[in-house]
Parts: sequence; C-alpha cells; structure tokens
Amino acid sequence: MRKPSVGAILLALTPFVAVCFSVSLWDRIYPIVLGLPFNFFWLIAWLLLTPVCMWGAYRLEAPRSSDRHREDGGTA
Amino acid sequence: MNSGVVALAFISLIVSAGAFLGFYAGARRKMDLEQWIVGDRGFGMLLVWLLMAGEVYTTFTFLGASGWAYSKGGPVLYILAYQPLMYVVSFFILPQVWEVGRKYRMQTQADFFQVRYNNKYLAAFVALVGVVFIVPYLQLQLMGLGMIVEVASYGAIHRTTAMVISFLIVAAFVLTSGIRGVAWVSVLKDLLLLFSAVFVGVAVPYIYFGGIGPMFAALVRAKPAHLVMPGATTNLGHSWYVSTVLLVSVGFYMWPQFFGASFSAKSSDTLRRNAVVMPFYSITMPLMFFVGLAATLILPGLSNGDLSMLTMVRKTFPAWFLGLIGGAGALTAMVPAGVMILTAATLFAKNMCRPIFRPGMTDQQVAKLAKTTVLVITVAALCAAIYSSPTLVSLLLVGYGGVGQFFPGVVLGLYSKRVTMPGVFAGVVTGVFVFVALWLTRHDPVMGLNAGFIALCCNVVVVAVVSLLTPAERGEFDEHHHTNIA
Repeated sequence: MRKPSVGAILLALTPFVAVCFSVSLWDRIYPIVLGLPFNFFWLIAWLLLTPVCMWGAYRLEAPRSSDRHREDGGTA
Repeated sequence: MNSGVVALAFISLIVSAGAFLGFYAGARRKMDLEQWIVGDRGFGMLLVWLLMAGEVYTTFTFLGASGWAYSKGGPVLYILAYQPLMYVVSFFILPQVWEVGRKYRMQTQADFFQVRYNNKYLAAFVALVGVVFIVPYLQLQLMGLGMIVEVASYGAIHRTTAMVISFLIVAAFVLTSGIRGVAWVSVLKDLLLLFSAVFVGVAVPYIYFGGIGPMFAALVRAKPAHLVMPGATTNLGHSWYVSTVLLVSVGFYMWPQFFGASFSAKSSDTLRRNAVVMPFYSITMPLMFFVGLAATLILPGLSNGDLSMLTMVRKTFPAWFLGLIGGAGALTAMVPAGVMILTAATLFAKNMCRPIFRPGMTDQQVAKLAKTTVLVITVAALCAAIYSSPTLVSLLLVGYGGVGQFFPGVVLGLYSKRVTMPGVFAGVVTGVFVFVALWLTRHDPVMGLNAGFIALCCNVVVVAVVSLLTPAERGEFDEHHHTNIA
C-alpha cells in the first residue's frame, strides 16, 4: 500500500496532541468558557476542529488515491 | 392507566416499528452470505454513515456515558477524546482495507488476516478472539435493554425477563434481515437518539438549574473535584487517560463488526469522507454527560450510576416521554447488537469452523451454520448479563483490551513489507495473553496505565522482534500491487 503523505500525517497528529498528550495542560475548571469548565470546553471545541484538520488531510490524500470511481454522496 | 403501562406501550410501539422496518428492508432481497453480511458492497455515503453511526452509538452512549459522568466524573472525558481520534485513525486504515477487501472478496476481519498472512490458524485465532470479546459488548447492550424495561415499568418487570424478551426479538431480527435491514433501522434509531439526546441534555439542566452554565456553576461550588480527573476515583488519572485514549482510538475499528462494516461501502472515497465528517456526530456525547452530572446533584446516592439517565427522565418528564426515550434506547441496543451477532456468527462459521474442522462445507452450509451460531452467541451474552453486573463502561473497556491487539497486524499488514506471519501471530497471542492475565488478576489499571495498553505495547515489541528474526515473506497485497502497476 502507498504510504500517506507527511502533510496528512502531521494534520492527523494535531488532534492527538490537542486532546490526548496535552491532558495535564487543559484538565482544569478555570477559565470557564461559554459556561463550561475549561476541560469540557476544550474537548468539545476539538470535536469541531478535528474535521477541519481531516478535511485538510483529505485534500492531500484524495488525489493520490488509486480509487477511480468516486461517487457524489447519495445512497442505495 | 398507570404510568408503567403507558411507558411500556410506547417502547413496544417503537421497537415494533424498528423490527418491521428491518424485516421489510431485508425481505425484498435474496439472502445469500454476501448479501447478508456485506449488503453486496453497494452502500453509498449516507447508508454507510448511518450504519457506522448506528453501530458506534450504542447503549454505551445512551446509558454508560451518563452513568460514568455520574459515578466517576472527570475520567468520563476520555470518551470525548477517543471519538474524534478513532475517526482520524480510520482515515488511514479503512480505505485501504476496503481496497484489498474488494480485490479479494473479503467478508470478515479474519479474511483479511487469512489473505495477508496466508495462515488459516492465525485467521481462526483472530476470529476466536473477535467472537470472545464481542460477548462483553453484547452483554452491555443486553444489560442496557434490561435496565430500560425495568425503569420504564417502574420495577414491575424484572430485568432478567426483560433481557430474555428483548434478545428473542433481536435474534429474530438478525436472522431475517441481514445487514441491510440493520442499516435501515439505524435511520429510525438515529433520528430518535438525536432528538432524545438533544432534548434531554438541554432540558434537564434548564429545568433544574436554569441552563447548562448555571448547572456547571452549581457543580463547581458543590463538587469541583468531580469535574476534573481523577474525579470520584483514585486510580483514573492523567496517565490512565492517555493510555486509554490511545488504546481505544486505535482499537475501535479493530472490532470485527466495525472493521467489517467498511466492506459494505461503495468506494474507498466514501470511507475517507466519512472519517472527515463523523466527529460532528459525537456532539451529542457531552449532552449525555450533562444529564449524568445534573443527577449527581439532583439524585445523589443511586446504587447504580448507569441508571442515572433513565431515573432523571422518569423523575422529570411524563410517562409517555419516558416511553419515547426508552424506545430510542431499546433500538440503540438492538441495532448494534444485531450487527455484533451477525459478525460473530459469520466469523465462527466461515473462519473457524470451515477451515479448521470441515473444509468441505459449501457457502450455503456456512450461511446455515452462521444462523445457528446466532442463537448460541446470543444465549452466551444473555447468561453473562444475568450472572454478572459490572458497569457498562468497564465492560466495553474489557472488549478493547482484547480487540485492540489486532491493530499491529492490520496496520503493518497494510503498510509494511517486513512484517511476517509468525511475528503477527506471536504478537496477537502475547497481547491477548498479557491483557487477560492482568484483567483476571484485577490489575486494570496497572501502575496508572490501562492494562489493554500495556498488553498492546508488549504485542508491538513481540511483532517487531519476531518479524526481524524470521525471513521476510512476499506480502500478498504488494504482489498484486505490482501486477496492477505493470
């Protein structure tokens, strides 16, 4: 299998650093943001930011894919 | 009419609607093994999304997450972290798995190991481990169904009776409809779950505290330590968090049923785009936490945290609404349970029984054996649910300790030329053995780390060492890759 590009891997590592390895930096109550303790706010924010990173990775990887027949959504 | 009857009537109505939809979707097609298990590989992005979401958001989401928010506090945040990360991992694995799956007509996860490593004992072992560790996941769904009926009947129907009835329905549903039926029931289930999660998650904090912000303000005043790790526990701190998040995010798509669901996609691009958008669906997860956290102040002292969501709903809303939530919860258990049983039965018949004991079996005989196995596996999970009662989340973590051990074999199988069959075989055996030994001797977590993660580290070391000591093999996938290019 063709290995993924370095750019896509870096984009994919970003959420790992943000929500996993850096836990001791953000696992606290203050500052309270939008009424949420900081750890809740941080993780919820990354639910929305992870797709942004992966959309970037998709833009890098999709053209390199050997998959010839793409489809445009829709279902059976 | 008393409240229990109203609530149970609503639950029955929703479950019947779901079962009807499943039977209808399945009945219109000829049901051979290929159609039953991978839906003829014709699912587009929407149906794959629904199927995957349908399997991913289980009773664990509905009851387990609020249960841990109630009983453990801060450590429940690991769920919010692994959900986006498992999709990140899937982005690099599932499209590739789909490519080889189409090329070699794979139907199960064990087929992947069979084709890549060309050893039927390795494939059978992977199938066995998959089936064994699906049982606790299935048990989780069963216990959830039992709790729903017990709470909704205001204690009139015993949990065991409820579990027996529910699983007769699930088994009948799986046998007749196959994976396409299950995917369509997901549509109904997801709509109900989304509605319930958003409504209850917003309404409960609003009714008791005047909003989510004021609820957290009250929690910060009353129990600030509950909101950060290790919360109400002593051993689930930051190192446990990191090791668990890593294990679960790499282990998630190693569940045979989720791995297998990727084969039903129409193209690898469907899977890649799914991986990008799926984290949005997890936005319902914090709402489940909010209900559990509200319950720590409103309903302190519940003996079983997993009941906190249903008990809050019963206390706050009229009986018909409890029925609606209960019905959504019941489908949330039935759909994933259906897929798990379907997968486990196929693994047993196709990858263990036929290659090891009865090489002469035809596809029809395999399909028939798979359907018999459905009943056996269901009964096994039922017995486990009746005779033991851990928390829902801890059951799921046991499963990850087992299936997570497939990760090195899958990733290296896709991307490495140097990995060998004896290396992967020794690695999986070591990983499963280390995990089971730690778990049975109650060493989970051990030294502040998730036991499944420790086992995975041992696994990786063994794969690397044994692969380097054994002669390189010609990778099955690579061989074909070269012919394609030429």
